[in-house]
Amino acid sequence: MLPIGNYLFLSMALFILGVIGVITRRNVIVVLMSIELILNAVNINLVAFSRLYGDVAGQVFALFIIADAAAEAAVGLGIIIAFFRNHETVLADEMDLLKW
Amino acid sequence: MLDKVIFYFFAAIAVSSAALMVTRRNAVHSAIFLITTLLATAGIFLQLRAEFIFIVQIILYVGGIMVLFIFVIMLVNLDVALHQLKFARQKWVALVVVLALAAQVGVMFWTTGKMQGQVWPGLNAAPVGKLPPGNAEAVAQSLFGTYLLPFEIASVLLLVAMIGAVVMAKKRA
Amino acid sequence: MQAATQATIDFLKLYWAPLLCGVVIVAVLPLIAGYIVLVERKLMADMQARLGPMRVGPHGLLQPIADAVKLLIKEDIIPDDADKVVFWLAPVFSVGAALLAIGGLAFGPAFQIGVNLNIGILFVVGISALGIFGIVLGGWASNSHYSLMGALRSSAQLVSYETAGGMALVAGLLFAGTLNIKSIVEAQSTQGVWFGFLAPVAFFTYLVASIAETNRAPFDLPEAESELVAGYMTEFSGFRWSLYFLAEYTNMIVVASVATTLFLGGWLRPFAGIRWLNFLDFVPPLLMIGIGAYCVLRMPKQPSKVQQIFMLAVAGLCFVAALVLAGPVLLPFVKPSLAAAVKPFYAGIHGGFWFIFKVSAYLYFFMWLRFTIPRYRFDQLMRLGWHFLIPLSIINVLVVGLALIVGSYFNLQGWALLLATTPAALLALVAALVILGMEQKSQARQETSSVTDFYAG
Repeated sequence: MLPIGNYLFLSMALFILGVIGVITRRNVIVVLMSIELILNAVNINLVAFSRLYGDVAGQVFALFIIADAAAEAAVGLGIIIAFFRNHETVLADEMDLLKW
Repeated sequence: MLDKVIFYFFAAIAVSSAALMVTRRNAVHSAIFLITTLLATAGIFLQLRAEFIFIVQIILYVGGIMVLFIFVIMLVNLDVALHQLKFARQKWVALVVVLALAAQVGVMFWTTGKMQGQVWPGLNAAPVGKLPPGNAEAVAQSLFGTYLLPFEIASVLLLVAMIGAVVMAKKRA
Repeated sequence: MQAATQATIDFLKLYWAPLLCGVVIVAVLPLIAGYIVLVERKLMADMQARLGPMRVGPHGLLQPIADAVKLLIKEDIIPDDADKVVFWLAPVFSVGAALLAIGGLAFGPAFQIGVNLNIGILFVVGISALGIFGIVLGGWASNSHYSLMGALRSSAQLVSYETAGGMALVAGLLFAGTLNIKSIVEAQSTQGVWFGFLAPVAFFTYLVASIAETNRAPFDLPEAESELVAGYMTEFSGFRWSLYFLAEYTNMIVVASVATTLFLGGWLRPFAGIRWLNFLDFVPPLLMIGIGAYCVLRMPKQPSKVQQIFMLAVAGLCFVAALVLAGPVLLPFVKPSLAAAVKPFYAGIHGGFWFIFKVSAYLYFFMWLRFTIPRYRFDQLMRLGWHFLIPLSIINVLVVGLALIVGSYFNLQGWALLLATTPAALLALVAALVILGMEQKSQARQETSSVTDFYAG
């Protein structure tokens, strides 16, 4: 493997791109996808450190994060479908029911 | 040498397609670029000799979650969204957050190796330990031995998510 | 510069064999797929009492090449409103995933294309599942309602049936205790029994799920021509269309190979552990001789000189193959000292033969089903998947685990393990049928209690 710094930089870049997506995008589906990107960036870190220390625990935690991402995607998309059925929109700033 | 080529190849793909994913207007294009990022990340897992995570990433993330995403994008027809503003009016918030994050990371990189009592071997560290051969077996041993309780909790989480998703998406009769 | 050249040479020295295999796969698989199509057409003709393609070459043997030329020179149409880049990319993605999955397979004890991966079978299954993106994105990019409907159906179908198929694989893998493809076959060799016998329910579930995953009839809803024109392929023509076709047939080979490896003993001869059945070793050469002799016999009846020569050439090829297959079996009789030297050749050549034979049998079954069973309705398909196959496969994993515990308690091995697994399989079937019956009963009650809903389902 390369020195650990490379992986940290890569992970950081993906994380920051994900954060930008979460904050700026209006489309809720793209926001959810950006969250997946963030989780993925964390996984790179975990696996890289697992290789650095020769301990599989990091990979096990990456597995847990993937399971968590699956759960989050399922519930998130369920909410989006339910909302779309009622309000015909998936844009975050049109979801203003509580602002009345 | 080969290691380096592989890493930089996949890293370049991952970062550039992640950037494209955030900036594309069309949600389907975003999803395609996210798929590319995830596949490139899987390649990096393989370069790190984590075969099991590599294939779980491909089967679960790319083959499962992303299919779900694309399915939902096609279900909620997004033609309307195409002609509207792409970004919310939060550019400045984003900029501040990103700068803060970058500063934090910069400080971390700057101070590494200079602090007292630092335990981790620094940015240029080569592998300290050796992974056991047979990646799938090793992960399974750890998952069903040391981390059995978290595993069970994760399964409960998945069950809750499943029920929640069904309740959410179900039509009111 | 020097360093780079040196690095390239080192790289080639290390990886020349996989690279060569990759090139061969890309070059040969289209041909194989073409001939599978020819076989399919011939079979369909036979089952419908027709002749099928007869004009190009003797008995239409050159038809695939003519078809390929036709497809290549057809006009390449891209609809105006299509998403051009995605439209261009989608078939390539489909084919790429299918061809990559072939790389993880092992066709014999000594012949594996890629490296001997620790996660072998997961790699094959996972990568081949990626082909769905080609279908979904192609359907979306065409910007046509038929295509989009086909794509939606395809993704829903794949997500539902992959669960059942994956669970079936888990049940089979419980017997093997490994994910490595070679070790799976070796486990069947040491246990002396194919896992298809030990886990019949899992094999059945995988069979049905693999038909649905490859979008073959009777589950070819994504491309149902009476409902959706051609589904996701409606707007594709010429070369792009043939790429989709290639992907579909390559995927068929992949699922057949996975089933062969896990349930049908891979490259092992039928009943490899039983000594008095060793005469089965003579079946492959005899079969080849038989085909060759048939070709010679039919030769005088061919209408033109060219076709007669072609027929003789096919016969000659069969005889050569028979010679190669017979060599490792016959040589030890001639000279017993050669037995050890010839053994690896025997394993490789005969292993390859049996593997291809089993894959062909599996594909034949696919085609047979296609010509026999009419297409399902989409809600029937979903009900079969979610109400029957998924419960069945999950219960099967549980009872197979139970059977394995019982088997190890009584120290059952090999065929004796059937004593534990057969009741388990029956138990799983009964439980799944009971669940299905309960579902149907509750549904019937709902239907009678409410006013007739014409839009239900």
